[in-house]
Amino acid sequence: MKVLSLIIALVMGALLTVILDDLPAWGDPNSPANAHVSAYYLENAYEQTHVPNVVTAVLADYRGFDTMFETGVVFVAVIGIMGILRREDAPNSSKKSVKRPPHQPPDPVITGVAARFMVPFMQIFGLYVIAHGHYSPGGGFQGGVILGASIILMAMTGELKSALERMTEDWFIIMTGLGFLIFAGVGLACMFYGGNFLDYSALAPLFGGTPQEAAITARYHAMLWVEIGVGFTVMSSMFAIYSYLASDGWMDRGL
Amino acid sequence: MIWPYDFGLLLLVVITAILALNLRDLMGASVVFGTYSFLMCLLWTAMAAVDVAFTEAAVGAGVSTVFFIATAYNIKKEAKD
Repeated sequence: MKVLSLIIALVMGALLTVILDDLPAWGDPNSPANAHVSAYYLENAYEQTHVPNVVTAVLADYRGFDTMFETGVVFVAVIGIMGILRREDAPNSSKKSVKRPPHQPPDPVITGVAARFMVPFMQIFGLYVIAHGHYSPGGGFQGGVILGASIILMAMTGELKSALERMTEDWFIIMTGLGFLIFAGVGLACMFYGGNFLDYSALAPLFGGTPQEAAITARYHAMLWVEIGVGFTVMSSMFAIYSYLASDGWMDRGL
Repeated sequence: MIWPYDFGLLLLVVITAILALNLRDLMGASVVFGTYSFLMCLLWTAMAAVDVAFTEAAVGAGVSTVFFIATAYNIKKEAKD
């Protein structure tokens, strides 16, 4: 069996290496990926949205539907992990049906103090990444992951329980759904103002200026709201996944 | 793209990928997998895809390594195959 899988892997690798020659060169302006739609984005994204980082404009505006359901995938992943791992009698660990190895409480003197200094800076950086995603690399996903990682760092260096006191199970489940709802809510608000779903320029009546300026401002601001929604979902889902995995579903102690 | 830099990175990527698959110790394999993600992040940066590199650094090298370690901690220490 192992020889067979090795042969299959080698044949596939050889095939891919042969095909490699037919791929367009890196950065080729005439390649199919660069020739059609991305030229449109590069030429029009700044004029239509006033967002200098075209990647954010494409992800949150032009391809908003994709990003919304990516957020939905994260949400569904959390629900799936919760359904598989969480024990029914998780909070009161006295009713244990499975024997667990004895717990050695962590000694948080060095790591705990270091983490206490790092966590606020990580969280500010996470907020910066979300809010500054229009201008620099970053956005809801990355900023949300950094925010989630700061809470995971608290849980890893101290006790999982002390992190769960700050971010309870009820809250991270609510916040995971809330982020997706914010995203979908912005889309529904566009429909309410007479546009298509996630067509942010329909929100122009909310902003001042000439109709054209207002449409640009609307797209700019709606992208920020959407990124905040993504940040909510990703932050809480990262911590949720960590706490289920690390405590093996018991929610009482981590690594 | 500077080819010696690129070549070294790609070589390390292949080495870490094979190592991550073949290590018996799951905890070590998780760490090597994190290294693989970080090298991929450097490759994305070299190809000027900074947003992708940022995501790779945060999700691939950061949080998913933590998830793998958390899982490896809670299951049997060594893989059978």
